[in-house]
Amino acid sequence: MDILIGITTLLSYQLMGESIVLLLALPVPGPVVGMLLLFLTLLARGRVGTPLESTATGLLSHLSLLFVPAGVGVLVHIDMIEDEWLPITAALILSTLVTLAVTALVMKWTQNLTAGGNENR
Amino acid sequence: MNKLEFSSIWVYLSATPLLGLTLTLAAYLSAYALYRRSGYNPLLNPVAISVSLLILLLLATDTRYDDYFDGAQFVHFLLGPATVALAVPLYQQLGRLRALLIPIVVSVFTGICVAAVSAVTSAWLLGASPATLLSLAPKSVTAPVAMGIAERIGGLPSLTAVLVVSTGIIGAIAGFRIFALLGITDDSIKGIAIGVTSHGIGTARAFQASPEAGAFAGLAMALSAVGSALLLPWLTAVLGFGR
Repeated sequence: MDILIGITTLLSYQLMGESIVLLLALPVPGPVVGMLLLFLTLLARGRVGTPLESTATGLLSHLSLLFVPAGVGVLVHIDMIEDEWLPITAALILSTLVTLAVTALVMKWTQNLTAGGNENR
Repeated sequence: MNKLEFSSIWVYLSATPLLGLTLTLAAYLSAYALYRRSGYNPLLNPVAISVSLLILLLLATDTRYDDYFDGAQFVHFLLGPATVALAVPLYQQLGRLRALLIPIVVSVFTGICVAAVSAVTSAWLLGASPATLLSLAPKSVTAPVAMGIAERIGGLPSLTAVLVVSTGIIGAIAGFRIFALLGITDDSIKGIAIGVTSHGIGTARAFQASPEAGAFAGLAMALSAVGSALLLPWLTAVLGFGR
């Protein structure tokens, strides 16, 4: 029963998100608006509740499974990837390593800066 | 069973959603079992292994992706509700989010820009086509959102999905080595960096390191999904690649 309530809640918020995006012609995908609406609801309500919490945790703990069908889609683009394998592979590896390093360092510096005023380490 | 009978059964079954769905779940479960048995060796990433298994199987049996996707779409569909579900960890981390608000916002914003600009410019320098460049721009964003952004800016959503998954796998494999090299020990920093760079696949990897790293990665992924949806159409236009 819990999972039924949880999944219905998630789908309803996704549906609301998709409708708002269509109605207002927003540049944001529907599920993201649904997530923001659910977040605001949780803020207003002050608690998550067991059905939603167990469904969300279950869904998110197997998040990587959900990427598998999209990953197999590489088959459809095999020609394009064959033609442009060098720029694609180089861009993916370079950009991923650079983003990891830059984001981590920026977070470290800003954390030190903002904590520097009131903390003596 | 002789070969003729087997292939006719395969042809029959591959026309129903049952086969694609079952194969997806079975491939993931075996890949995950292998991953666990290896002591969570990042090189044996379960997404990479299950995608490779399925591709080999489809090629060996001459099955079309569309026929496979008829079944696999039931798994793919869950990406939408999973994105909505990110509101729950986000809400549960509210206290830590408030305490670290400025560092998180600054680093997620930086991460979004660095991910898109570094990918698009390096591929452009190496001569990639405009469709590829626009499909690369949202490659660090979680799949359902990235596909929406690609469609909006003129990329190919299904190519973006592949690039998103690849970015996730590369980040999950390399992330914690980079942090060790840079001397980063704080779980909140590791989580934010891997979540911005490698979305859900990076978040899954971060949860194995610690619940704290996982929560921050989920938070970074959610913030980056919202921020990228707003920023990337504008950013690609500024770079001169957008519509």
